[in-house]
Amino acid sequence: MTTLTDPPQQTFRLSMLINDTRYRSMTFQAIALLALIVSFAYLLNNLFTNLAAAGLNISYDFLGDPAGYDINQTLVEYDSQSPHSQAAIVGILNTLLVAFLACVTATVFGVIAGVLRLSNNWLVSKLMSFYVEIFRNIPVLIWIIIIFTIMTAVMPAPRAFRGDEPEATMLLGAFAFTNRGVYIPAPIWGGGSMVVVLTFLASVVGVLAYRRYATNLLYATGKLLPMGWPSLAIFFVPTILMYFIMGRPITLEYPELGGFNFRGGIQIGAPLIALWFALSIYTGAFIAENVRAGIQAVSKGQTEAASALGLRPNRVMNLVVLPQALRVIIPPLISQYLNITKNSSLAIAVGYADITATLGGITLNQTGRAIECVLLLMLFYLTISLSISTVMNFYNKSVALKER
Amino acid sequence: MSDTNQHSASFVRTESIPEREPPYAASGPVKWARDNLFATPANGVLTIVAAYVIYLILAATLPWILNGIWSTSSLAECREILDGTTGACFSVLSERWNQLLFGFQYPEELYWRPSLAFLLLFVAAAPVLFFDLPRKLLIFTALYPFIAYYLIWGGTILTPIVAILGCVAGGYVYQRFVAGSFAAGFFGGIVAALVVWNLGGLLITEEANEAAVMTAVPSRDLGGFMLNMMLGVTCVSLSIPLGIALALGRQSSMPLIKWICVVFIEFIRGVPLITLLFVASVMLAYFFPPESSVDLFLRVVIMITMFSAAYIAEVIRGGLAALPKGQYEAADSLGLDYAQAMRLIILPQALKISIPGIVNVAVGLFKDTTLVSVISMFDLVGMIRGPILASTEWNGVYWELLGFAALLFFVVCYGISQYSQWLERRLATDHR
Repeated sequence: MTTLTDPPQQTFRLSMLINDTRYRSMTFQAIALLALIVSFAYLLNNLFTNLAAAGLNISYDFLGDPAGYDINQTLVEYDSQSPHSQAAIVGILNTLLVAFLACVTATVFGVIAGVLRLSNNWLVSKLMSFYVEIFRNIPVLIWIIIIFTIMTAVMPAPRAFRGDEPEATMLLGAFAFTNRGVYIPAPIWGGGSMVVVLTFLASVVGVLAYRRYATNLLYATGKLLPMGWPSLAIFFVPTILMYFIMGRPITLEYPELGGFNFRGGIQIGAPLIALWFALSIYTGAFIAENVRAGIQAVSKGQTEAASALGLRPNRVMNLVVLPQALRVIIPPLISQYLNITKNSSLAIAVGYADITATLGGITLNQTGRAIECVLLLMLFYLTISLSISTVMNFYNKSVALKER
Repeated sequence: MSDTNQHSASFVRTESIPEREPPYAASGPVKWARDNLFATPANGVLTIVAAYVIYLILAATLPWILNGIWSTSSLAECREILDGTTGACFSVLSERWNQLLFGFQYPEELYWRPSLAFLLLFVAAAPVLFFDLPRKLLIFTALYPFIAYYLIWGGTILTPIVAILGCVAGGYVYQRFVAGSFAAGFFGGIVAALVVWNLGGLLITEEANEAAVMTAVPSRDLGGFMLNMMLGVTCVSLSIPLGIALALGRQSSMPLIKWICVVFIEFIRGVPLITLLFVASVMLAYFFPPESSVDLFLRVVIMITMFSAAYIAEVIRGGLAALPKGQYEAADSLGLDYAQAMRLIILPQALKISIPGIVNVAVGLFKDTTLVSVISMFDLVGMIRGPILASTEWNGVYWELLGFAALLFFVVCYGISQYSQWLERRLATDHR
């Protein structure tokens, strides 16, 4: 019999900092921390030395000073006497506006192109792959400039609409495409229009409620209610009825030629259209690829199994293929939305007043507060990106395959 | 049995009937068109619509391109020759060719230098891109950055030579000590290279630069498509090692290292490239020592490299995550340390998986180099929007110039993506 004695207690030696795995990672992290602190101190020291030499300081007081420049496309109250902070808010709203519009249209283009690229029709699928390759391989800045050039150099001037035999005519008498932008009818909200809008919102809720009721009834009793035409009816009929009951409170104000320009209606400036459309078709090409990959990722056996169960083709698509394809499509789709938001900063190239053009462009040049402006700009985009990626993580968690 | 047959059958054919042609509608182009273009009525409508769209596009562009004029010296002259008919004034391309490619400040008698550097780029890239070529060519690839620098910027030949010597010294020290510990070799190599560069820097003086055989060209004179190519090639090649380091850091078990990498990557990916270029143009200069003057080109290279490194890091992280856990465990069980396991087992496989993603980032980055025109550098787009469209001769020639820029980028980007698909097929070692 032998007795086991405890191994002799090792005393700590300096070489263990490198050679002992228990301490090595601590050593490396301490070195990294030290290097980080030293390099930050070095950079900040340089910064303050340089700022002092140039007679500058870091201060955000300039945000309260009057901006002194005009912005032609604003969503909120703004004039040249408003402070720089108001100009930044105008910019933020404009960024969000163009990003939202472009996300919607890019999705439409992308889904159409992605589905058509899988078409059996040889000509159509070739045409769509041509679209995808052309737009994916040419910088978005060039597309923005090309469409801006179309908008400003090819479209007729407002005076071309003048006279008995004008060179240009308005589309349907309501839409005017000019080199100063596109004029569309503006709705005028008369008395009682609120009721119509509320009815419309209520009918949207009604459609959703009906569909949910029908689904639950199907699952509970097996009784199948029609979905298509009742939804359409609930969607349209109450609103149209209410519109006439209230005496047609919502009217359209058509743009009309007056003086040298169009009056009335809503003017959408050429920069906004160029940016919107260019971002849509450019990102649409990327989304088309995501959609195609997503649909192809659903294995053929799924479609065949669903058909073998006796489902009709549209139900195969709705109940079997799409739910599985969406799981693949949506994460890259959301990162494309993020790309649209970031690429909308190219607005500065065509003079659309987004946050980069107001805060990072004119305000920066007027006040010379480069560091403050760029930091605020980055903060804005970081906030957007991080909030979108949080949403995406939640979504990914909720649709992730439940594996054991 | 054969006997009965002989009596009952009056005639037995001994040779087979020659095959008949399939019906006209079931073969050849007609069948193909039926299957692929007019399978169903809806399909037929789609075909007709698509054909009409193609007709519209061709009808708008073909006469314009075919009727193009290549040899006039101004837009007015070109319009005179065209005399109201549709036609392109491609003469802007032939007249401003050098400006489009090299910018408007690069000395004209030195155009051969960037052109030669461009040609040598293919020689240098070939052994990296195609594995079948002799491995010895990689020596030229290693020398290429120095040669290209010397050709494009000129100045005294001491600059690239000192740079090479520093790299050689670093490589020697690394080889010497890496057997003991990777960290010792790696950091020793860096220190050795820095020492040689600093000592050699004393030799390089302003006078030597001015008296050099190759005239020195300052960075601000670079421009045109050359600038896009230089930014793209430099930033992609610099950002791959940085991206690998960031990806490994993000996977690290050391919390501090991990969080530094996460914050860096998420920060860079969260902001648009334009804001980073603003940093390069208006902010970065404040962070350098007061006496140093880092020119705009270098500042832009730093920011774009950081930008693409963050994206490449995410791609490589995907590759690392896609490796089966068994690979890591196998490397550990062989007794390899971290550096060996990564270099010999993990990274070769992870990088192979990541190639398509890395190429995507590279193509995106090359397209994004056009953004430098926003901070008033005269790259291809900057040249078109600035000096050329603003000149009195060519004010108003949009489509020829923009079309040319689009074509150049398309050729390069499409070429790279085709190469990546070829490489993917080539590297596929699974049997499918």
